Amino acid sequence: MSGLLSPGTKVRVRDDWPETRGPCHIRTPHYLRGAEGVVEKHLGAFPNPEDLAFARPASRLNLYHVRFVPQAIWPDAGGEALVVELYETWLEAA
Amino acid sequence: MHDMGGVSKFMCDAVDVEPHALSAFDREVDAIRQLLGAKKVMSVDELRRGIEAIPEPDYLRLSYYQRWIRSITDNMLAKGVFTEAELLAALEDTK
Amino acid sequence: MSEVLETPSDRLLAAVRQLLTDKGVVSREEISERIQATDAATPAQGARMVAKAWVDPAFRARMLADGAKAAEELGIPMRGMPPLGVLEDTAEEHNLVVCTLCSCYPRAVLGYPPFWFKSAAYRARAVRDPRGLLREFGTELPQAVKLRVVDSTADYRWMVLPLRPAGTEGWSEEQLAAVVREGDMIGVTFPKVS
Repeated sequence: MSGLLSPGTKVRVRDDWPETRGPCHIRTPHYLRGAEGVVEKHLGAFPNPEDLAFARPASRLNLYHVRFVPQAIWPDAGGEALVVELYETWLEAA
Repeated sequence: MHDMGGVSKFMCDAVDVEPHALSAFDREVDAIRQLLGAKKVMSVDELRRGIEAIPEPDYLRLSYYQRWIRSITDNMLAKGVFTEAELLAALEDTK
Repeated sequence: MSEVLETPSDRLLAAVRQLLTDKGVVSREEISERIQATDAATPAQGARMVAKAWVDPAFRARMLADGAKAAEELGIPMRGMPPLGVLEDTAEEHNLVVCTLCSCYPRAVLGYPPFWFKSAAYRARAVRDPRGLLREFGTELPQAVKLRVVDSTADYRWMVLPLRPAGTEGWSEEQLAAVVREGDMIGVTFPKVS
């Protein structure tokens, strides 16, 4: 998703698995793919680590703190909230 | 392999909460990594990609900083900072 | 490269050090200086920040807004370090930090990450079984307190600003800093007054 997302925006993490297609480096944990969450905060913009990892020119991406309900990811999960830093390219409207 | 959040096979493992002192090896690998980053020779993202490329049996066998020196070596070879022949010769000297 | 992959790591380090110094990429002096500088960062630095935040509301507000700036105010070197975010514990909610992908850790203010923080068990369980995990650190979190787990995956490093323990009324910043340990600033334990 592009454009600045406000706190409270509902998002879904793209259900994408680049690691099955070849060498890559991604900072979106496997357990969040396809999960729905809520934007907590915009954290700034940072060069895309998926490019930095290969020493390629990296564009700056918005980075967000996104909150998830752990039990929606694992039925047996403990804890009340799970908050993860995610780049805009991994988020879609939910 | 590195992407461990919630992975079932580790869920029953107890956490070793005891302190483990870092060795001279650990500290030096850490320092070299920082210097390579500060000098723009190798980014932390490249280090991580190199660690993630380590096959699972090796990943689990190697210690934390052993993975780092392995990734640093792979990165230096890939970037041509030194060649495989130079590395093999330098390794001979360490015998 | 099978020879290299079978090489004991200490020999690999010796060879890499030799090549990098021969080629002028790094010097032995730089390596020694970097080790010294890294050893100088310890949890005592984070503890100073926490103690000041407990006694100085204006500093607390600045620390929550920008942890790196607040650290610099106290003379902690932050140049070249990633941004530092501060997670505020309240009576209702407790924060726990993990990096499930590697071992991102607020090194500038806490020093080297401890062994447990880098372990597979910690990285796997912190997001899924955090209360069970806390018990292994001797921490029993009341059911009424919500547990918020922060998986540090990207460009920020995170530290927890814990609650000031009871029984510390009137204490100086130095006295307060002395009860704040590394685990308290990651969220696996709470500051304790003995």
